[in-house]
Amino acid sequence: MLDPNFNPAIRVRGLHNRFGAQIVHDGLDMEVEQHEIFGVVGGSGAGKSVLLRSILGLRHPDSGSVEIYGRDVESLATTDRSSLVQSYGVTFQNGALISSLTVAQNVQLPLREHYSLSEKTLNELADMNLLMVGLVPDDGAKFPSQLSGGMIKRAALARALALEPKLLFLDEPTSGLDPISATAFDELLLYLHAQLRLTVVMITHDLDTLFQTCSRVGVIIDGRMITDTLPGMLTNPNPWIQEYFHGPRARAAAMEAGKDGNG
Amino acid sequence: MTDPLALEPDGDGWRLKLFGDWSLAGLPRIEARLNSLPATLHGNVVCDWTDAQTPELSPAWALLRRLAEAVPPLNVRHAGNPPHFLDLLEKLHVERHAAYSQQAEPTLEKLVGKLGRWSVLQGVHARGVIVFLGRIATVVGAAFRRPRAWRISSLVRHIYETGITAIPIVALIAFLISVIVAYLGAQQLARFGADIFVVDLVTIATLREMGVLLTSVIVAGRSGSAFAAEIGVMQLNEETDALRAMGMNPIELLVVPRVLALVIVLPLLTVIADAMGLAGGGLLSLINLHIPLPQFTARLRESLSPTTFWSGLVKAPVFAILIAMVGTYRGMQVRDSARELGRLTTVAVVQSIFMVILADALFAVLFVQIGF
Repeated sequence: MLDPNFNPAIRVRGLHNRFGAQIVHDGLDMEVEQHEIFGVVGGSGAGKSVLLRSILGLRHPDSGSVEIYGRDVESLATTDRSSLVQSYGVTFQNGALISSLTVAQNVQLPLREHYSLSEKTLNELADMNLLMVGLVPDDGAKFPSQLSGGMIKRAALARALALEPKLLFLDEPTSGLDPISATAFDELLLYLHAQLRLTVVMITHDLDTLFQTCSRVGVIIDGRMITDTLPGMLTNPNPWIQEYFHGPRARAAAMEAGKDGNG
Repeated sequence: MTDPLALEPDGDGWRLKLFGDWSLAGLPRIEARLNSLPATLHGNVVCDWTDAQTPELSPAWALLRRLAEAVPPLNVRHAGNPPHFLDLLEKLHVERHAAYSQQAEPTLEKLVGKLGRWSVLQGVHARGVIVFLGRIATVVGAAFRRPRAWRISSLVRHIYETGITAIPIVALIAFLISVIVAYLGAQQLARFGADIFVVDLVTIATLREMGVLLTSVIVAGRSGSAFAAEIGVMQLNEETDALRAMGMNPIELLVVPRVLALVIVLPLLTVIADAMGLAGGGLLSLINLHIPLPQFTARLRESLSPTTFWSGLVKAPVFAILIAMVGTYRGMQVRDSARELGRLTTVAVVQSIFMVILADALFAVLFVQIGF
C-alpha cells in the first residue's frame, strides 16, 4: 500500500506529452503538498485533462516522471495497479456514473471490486457516502439519468470517496452547475477537506471555486506550469495570467472572496 | 491476526475494546465480528479506541450502525482518543434516521400505483406510434409539393450504407442457404427417384420465400439496429432538439430518408438474393445430382408460374417499411442514458424481425386466398 503521509503527495518532473506534432506538455513540473487544495487552470487545449490522465496512470507520458506518495505511477500502474487506484479518488467532468447501475450501486462498485463485504454493510456504506455528500439514501435507488447536474456531481464525489482515499482529483467539479449549486459544492468540498483531511487536486475554470477553495494554483502555459498562491498569482507579470486573474469575472470573484475573508 | 474487538463488562455497562486494523481493508473481518456481538447487549457501552490502528470511516460507520440497531437503544460513548471524524458520522447518522423515518409507503398503494403507471404508459406508447406514423405521412405528403424535402444526398448515403455495402453478405447467405436446402432436399427426393424436383424445390422456395425473408432478416440486423443506434445517439446529444430549434424537422431529415432508402434497396437486394439462390441450387444440382446446367434451366422454366418471382418481390417494400419504421421509431424513443440506447436498439432488431415474419405469414395466407 502507498503511504498517505508521504510529502509531497504528488510530484511531477519534466513531463512531456505530445500528440503528433502538437506538443502539449514541454517539461512540466508540479508538486502538491499534503492537505492542500491545488487548483489547475489553463486555456482550452492547454493540457489539463492530459496532465490529470498522466497523474492517474491512465496515459503513458512521452517522457518525465509522475510520483504519488513518492512512488512512480508508471511502474505502479503495471505492477500494483490496485494499490494505486485505492490511493486516490477521481470525479470526471460529466460524472461518469455508470448509467446501467443505480447511484447506490455506483458507490458500491469499487467496494465490491476490492473487498468482500456483505450486502447489508455495502448498503450501509452507500448510505454513509451519499449522506456525506449531501444526498439522501432514497437518491441511491435512482439511476444517473434521473439526477440533476448538481446531484450527479455529488454522486460522483460519493463514488470517489467510497474507498476512503486521502487524495482526491476533481475534473471541473462545478462546470455546468448554477451558481447556488456550485457554491454549495464548494462548501461541501471545504467541509470534507477539513473533516477527512484530504489532499485535493482540482481542474477548474470556475473562478469563484478557485478563489473560495484553493490554497495554491498551478497555471499551465506553453506546456509548463507556473505555481503560486492566489495572492502571488494576482501580482504575476505573465500576460496570460494577468488576463486570466484580472478579467472582469476574476475581479468579481476576487472581491467576493475578499469580502468573505474579512467578514 | 488480532481480534478486532473485545467485549468486557465495565461497571454498570460494557466496554468495547477495538484492536488492530480499523481501516477499510480490515472491514471484512470487523464486519464478521460485529455480527457475532451478543444480541443481549444493553445499557451503557463505551467504545475504547486506544488500540485501534489507522481508523477509517467505513468500519466506524459499520460499528455505529450495529450499535444503533440494539433494542432498547444503547447509551454509546467513545473513549481512548476516538478518531476525529466521529462527529461527522454522528451527524450523518441523525440525517439518515430523519431520511428513513419519512418514507414507508403502504405496499397496496405502491402496487396500485405501479399498475396505474404501467397502464397509462401503454396508452402513451400506442399514441406515440400513431403520432409517429402521422408525422411521416405529413412529411411525405408535403414533400410532393416541396421537392427539396426529399433530402436526396441523405437518401443516397443511406442507399449506399444499407444497400451497396450489404450486397456481399446477402449474396453469400442466400447462396449458402439455397445450397443447404438443395442438398437436404436431394437426399429426400432421391429416395423416390425424383431428383429432378430439387430444381422445383430450390427455385420456388428461393423466389417465393427465402430470398426476400433472408434479405429482410439480414437488413433488419444490419440496418434496423444502425438506424436505432444512430438516431438514439443523436437524441442523447440533443442533436434532434438542435435541429428542431433551427426550424428543421427531424422526421424529414432523419426518418424519411432512411425509410425511403430501405424501400428502394430491399427489393434490389432481394433480386440479388434470388439470383444467388438459384445459382447455388444450380451448382449443387450440377455437382451432387449431375444435372447439367441446360437441363437445370429448362426445368426451372417449367416449374415457375408467371407470378412466382413477383410474389416474393412484392413483399420486399412492405418489409422495408416495417424494418425502417421500427428502427427509426425506437431510435427516436431513446432518452437520457446509454442503457436506454442499448435496450431500444435490441428492441428494434427483435421487433422488426418479428414484424417481418408476421407480415410474411399474412402474405402467405393472402396469396393462397387470391391464388397469386
